[in-house]
Amino acid sequence: MFSDPAVAPFSLSLKDLPWWIDWDNSKCTLCGKCTAVCPVHAIELGVFRRRKVQTPLNFSAQPSQETSLYYGIRQKTDPASACIGCAMCSMVCPNDAIIPRRSDEADKLRYHVDQGGSPRNRGGRRNVSESLLDRIKFIRISMLTDPALDAGRHEFELKTLLGRVLPPEENFRRMKEREWIPPIREIYPLIIGSMSFGALSPNMWEGLQLGVAYLNEELKMPVRICTGEGGCPPRLLRSRFLKYVILQIASGYFGWDEIIHAIPHMKEDPCAVEIKYGQGAKPGDGGLLMWYKVNKLISAIRGVPMGVSLPSPPTHQTKYSIEESVAKMIQSMSMAWGFRVPVYPKISGTSTAAAVLNNLSRNPYASGLSIDGEDGGTGAAYNVSMNHMGHPIASNLRDCYLNLVKIGRQNEIPLFAGGGIGKNGNLAANAAALIMLGASGVQIGKYIMQAAAGCVGSESDRCNICNIGRCPKGITSQDPRLYRRLDVDLVARRVVDVYLSFDTELKKIVAPLGRSTTLPIGMSDALGINDPAVAERLDIKYVV
Amino acid sequence: MCRLFAITSETPLSPMRALEALDVMREGHDGSGVGLFMRDLGGPFEYMKEAPILSGIFTETGIKRLDDFMMEIGFLTKYRLSIHISEAPPPGIPQRDVYLIRAYDYPKSWNRLSAREKYARLLILRLELQEMGMAENDMIVFSFWPDVIMIKEIGDPLSVAEHLQIDRAEIQAGVIMAQGRQNTNYAIDLYACHPFFLEGYSTMTNGENTAFVPIKEYLISREFHGYRGYQSDSEVFTHILHYTIAKLGLEIECYKHIVTPLKDEDIDVHPDAVLLKHLKHTCRRLIIDGPNCVIGSLPDHSLFMVQDSKKLRPGVVGGRPGVFAFSSEICGLDAVIPDRDRSKDFQPMHLDTAIVGPDRQEVKICSQTQPLPLFH
Repeated sequence: MFSDPAVAPFSLSLKDLPWWIDWDNSKCTLCGKCTAVCPVHAIELGVFRRRKVQTPLNFSAQPSQETSLYYGIRQKTDPASACIGCAMCSMVCPNDAIIPRRSDEADKLRYHVDQGGSPRNRGGRRNVSESLLDRIKFIRISMLTDPALDAGRHEFELKTLLGRVLPPEENFRRMKEREWIPPIREIYPLIIGSMSFGALSPNMWEGLQLGVAYLNEELKMPVRICTGEGGCPPRLLRSRFLKYVILQIASGYFGWDEIIHAIPHMKEDPCAVEIKYGQGAKPGDGGLLMWYKVNKLISAIRGVPMGVSLPSPPTHQTKYSIEESVAKMIQSMSMAWGFRVPVYPKISGTSTAAAVLNNLSRNPYASGLSIDGEDGGTGAAYNVSMNHMGHPIASNLRDCYLNLVKIGRQNEIPLFAGGGIGKNGNLAANAAALIMLGASGVQIGKYIMQAAAGCVGSESDRCNICNIGRCPKGITSQDPRLYRRLDVDLVARRVVDVYLSFDTELKKIVAPLGRSTTLPIGMSDALGINDPAVAERLDIKYVV
Repeated sequence: MCRLFAITSETPLSPMRALEALDVMREGHDGSGVGLFMRDLGGPFEYMKEAPILSGIFTETGIKRLDDFMMEIGFLTKYRLSIHISEAPPPGIPQRDVYLIRAYDYPKSWNRLSAREKYARLLILRLELQEMGMAENDMIVFSFWPDVIMIKEIGDPLSVAEHLQIDRAEIQAGVIMAQGRQNTNYAIDLYACHPFFLEGYSTMTNGENTAFVPIKEYLISREFHGYRGYQSDSEVFTHILHYTIAKLGLEIECYKHIVTPLKDEDIDVHPDAVLLKHLKHTCRRLIIDGPNCVIGSLPDHSLFMVQDSKKLRPGVVGGRPGVFAFSSEICGLDAVIPDRDRSKDFQPMHLDTAIVGPDRQEVKICSQTQPLPLFH
């Protein structure tokens, strides 16, 4: 480098970067593992010059200098190679000689990531770590007037219903007249939400499916997993395990050619069909699988060419109105399986959710509504969509639920909530809060990636490169060199761990509230928060 | 925990019998209130079974407003039992002007109406009177129904009975339900006192209803004007009973299947599995979580008792042909029907509904695992 280099407007120093590599020369063995593992090539072998000046104490000798070289790790400062803080370098270092540290002020990189005029695109969630759900407390503890239950010894019925539940009068009438009664699934209220084959690596997908199958077959927990928009491997479509799977169809219809052709060969009906109209991470935007990840396998399953980006349109292009896109599509999908499979839409949190719900309530085939709040995660989206678009889940869900209560249909159309559940690790507490606000169940994505596969992404903008296929844990990569890092069986084991511990924690919440025979959906008298405005907005108690 | 006592007898009894039973169980209630429900009436009311009877507490101005209101509609007093209290009440019982039990003749214009239409109008009138009373604080109306009397008051049950001179020939009934209240609220609202009544169905409960809010919301959203009130979390038990029988057309045996459905694995092996599964799904919002013991009375003069499915409150039924009683404690039974075969006393458990029918000959026990009679 010149001693007086030309400084471009976008020249960055280490100080300008969000993550600094802290490298300890005295510990480093120069093994090179850190530079090899770095997913963004933020560090490289550096050759450093060191000059030593020796000045003798007596005047007879002349001062001298000695120049030497040493080798080490150099952090790059160009925006394309900025450290993402994933800390894989630290993980592979045999001597703990290297670790990324967060810079001490807001970075300047954010002003320069749009090189070439392309705004930042990333994976992960909204980069805000606070969570309203974490602040909700469970305050109606059964004391003396009614004894609390024993979470460890009592029996609990924590299942929920997915499907259109008719009013009792209408249900009995149809039973007598032998008319069609909408299908209902009894499922566990914690659903693994839609993450596509393509967004996730084959190993991750297989690990999740394996864990879900084990939970169902061995532990009798009716856990369900949604495919996301990316189709479904043909063998799974033709297996008995399909009943644990919710098939998602979205505006790109990826993989649906394969699914439709597999229908005659299906041994079991799928659990349900989810029609995705939106997602919380990028509301009003379509799905996106970037070209890096569209390899031979993915292109075969999705029925698309290799190596091209796959942006789904923001809306279903063949539909031009809510009547078209909701009513007809739900009816068509129901018909495809002989009206034996619940079909429900998934939307992103929005102030228009109640209007969608009102429409659904008049559609006899609509089996529920899934709402994904602003804190939902994604494999790829524009940073601006993730950070600034969308509606918080709590009030959106609550409004919808109270709307159903008002029209007396709270038992008919189950609401499922997603987006930021367990964002700070409080999975059961967040899920229980949403259930008591009115959700019939919750959907998680990011949490299961973090807990079951060790995803290192966070809301302090750590890693978050799911979009480019270089996931250092192999969770969201289609590169076999990366995803072979992920042990399928260990992922499955962790899925089971997560569900078992969630189950215990959920019981630890509902038992002291005196509830065990049914999931306490809408039990809002149990909830409190130390913010009067929030309490009023959610119609729960204000407690200090 | 409140104490409950209900009795059904071929020969009409004084409600004092039930209150004596409550007094025996007084360790279990704090004397903060008493509620009485009576039907299949004896005394003068025996000869006016079809006449709607209004029960309530009124101020002097309330009575005047009531008279104006009823005359306007065309109701004429057929029989009046006004308890005017001249002396000051004993400590713990509030001063009231009039405790009213009044039977009416229907307005002439109602003659062409069917019984069903008449009953529907009676409910509307009761609710209207309740609202009028709440607005001016001058009337508390408990029931307005043929062959039914209800009395509720704050205070120790026996003291209330003495104060109101309940032990009189005019007040006798074949079916009596009584509750001694263990108060868990600071202010006692008489509308929060058991038993509760709606269109011929009445229940009283002890324990707490932890699923109250979702159940209440569901009932209110049924858009039936009778589903309102809910000053007590136990009022929903009456309304669920009403919903089960009057709205869904099911039998009493189904009530327990609604409030405490069987576990899924038990439903799977039940002869009526399909029906029960549908019932569990469609009536999911009416599932209770206890702890509750519910005693109820049906329009056909049956009495029944059910428990929640897990936490169970004490409850026993026993008696002899002609007279049976349901009681929170055995000592209550002993006090009122000492000459019964105690080996036949039955304490309903988590699956049972104990019913004594209008013939008062036996206690019928229905287990939830048995086939439902309605469908076989």
